[in-house]
Amino acid sequence: MAIKIMIPTPLRAYAGKKDSVELQAGTVGEALAALTAQYADLRKHLYAEDGRLRSFVNVYVNDEDVRYLQKDKTQLNDGDTISIVPSIAGGARR
Amino acid sequence: MATKTIVTPSAPGKGATLSNEEILRYSRHLIMPEVGMEGQLKLKKARVLLVGTGGLGAPLGLYLAAAGVGTIGVVDFDKIDFTNLQRQIMFSNTDVGRPKIQAAADRLGALNPDIRIERYETQLTSENALEIFRDYDIVVDGTDNFPTRYLVNDACVLLGKPNVYGSIFRFEGQASIFGYPDGPCYRCLYPEPPPPGLVPSCAEGGVLGVLPGIIGSIQAMETLKLIIGKGEPLVGRLLLFDALGMKFRELKLRKNPECPVCGTNPTVTKLIDYVEFCGIRGEEAPAPQTTVPEMTPRELKARLDRGDDLYILDVREPHEYQICNIGGNLIPLGDLSRRVNELDSAREIVAHCRSGKRSAEAAEFLRSAGFRKIWNLKGGILAWSDEVDSSVPKY
Repeated sequence: MAIKIMIPTPLRAYAGKKDSVELQAGTVGEALAALTAQYADLRKHLYAEDGRLRSFVNVYVNDEDVRYLQKDKTQLNDGDTISIVPSIAGGARR
Repeated sequence: MATKTIVTPSAPGKGATLSNEEILRYSRHLIMPEVGMEGQLKLKKARVLLVGTGGLGAPLGLYLAAAGVGTIGVVDFDKIDFTNLQRQIMFSNTDVGRPKIQAAADRLGALNPDIRIERYETQLTSENALEIFRDYDIVVDGTDNFPTRYLVNDACVLLGKPNVYGSIFRFEGQASIFGYPDGPCYRCLYPEPPPPGLVPSCAEGGVLGVLPGIIGSIQAMETLKLIIGKGEPLVGRLLLFDALGMKFRELKLRKNPECPVCGTNPTVTKLIDYVEFCGIRGEEAPAPQTTVPEMTPRELKARLDRGDDLYILDVREPHEYQICNIGGNLIPLGDLSRRVNELDSAREIVAHCRSGKRSAEAAEFLRSAGFRKIWNLKGGILAWSDEVDSSVPKY
């Protein structure tokens, strides 16, 4: 399946400064594995040491949180967009 | 999500009324059926607390005051500096050095003398948050750090207050409403904050000037809608804004039944130590444990003046080098491992960055790569400006 992964601003430095990456994958897990194979520096920002997705990084397929789908095993369809959405704290910024 | 009543209208006959001056002032609200006299009286009766009077707080404060929100509480303990003025449009050049809370109260009071401004010139803490929040209908989160965000969230959930959330980073923003009856909270979205060190460093920070204006205005709009009880509140939805692409997107946000604060079996039933929860300082990594010796700017200057052969290694980004430099050789920290062969391990190397944190990391890396004559410039280019050459601008 042809998939587009949206890279958020804070992680673009680890993904060749790209705002999105297009690749082929059948599940969310495969898509993220392909992404981190291409951009190894991203891995530690997405996954904790135990291999689980970090709790301040959410992954969405189109507008749905994969935690409420089948997580890594969520099936993808042609043209799906995966969004990686980490928490950001800025506001007043001294 | 259907609209719930956050501010109840006053009973007929005994509630507040509008003066003729107020009727004129709010004329463009009053002639809209969605607001009308009932909505405007709700606005007048409403009590909204702004946590933070920075980039987000500026449009929030101005628009809520202009719209006639009767009582606006403001919490901040900071003073205004020149770097604030690029985006914090509530403040003027002449306000630099003043406490933000005073300047904000003056500005909002000048904009609308009919409203009440309640000041809390303090840092929001687990000890004072519930006490401060208790008397407000809505809390608006315009803070800039993770510990305060989790504190605001938890306090709002514990008290059952809606929390109008906005957050920004460089040119990207998020907004939503948490703590709405039956809606999700911030911890449903992000159960835990990032550990210190995994958050982008100061080199990658910054914020495009108008961005907080856009996100803060969205928060202000959602606050008004909550008060007048009209429209579809931004509940159960995370709004994402990308200023560079000029795109808005919306993601579904669900209430997590296992949420430690608002789930069915909450484990957080009172406020905790949020600084500890978020790691030290929350937003910045602690200074790296370094065994690399430090050189002060004065020592460096003295040695350069003596004609010592020192290689100055500047590990900042090229766009920072353009702002100012002390004649160092630029190899950004991120490129160092790739370009390490450009360095001569026989020479003494003094690494520096803006404040000394990135260069400590660089120096540590070089030591592990076999460099022995390596120093870290203490306090970076900021300290150089303070101690050696004040013509070097600080940023």
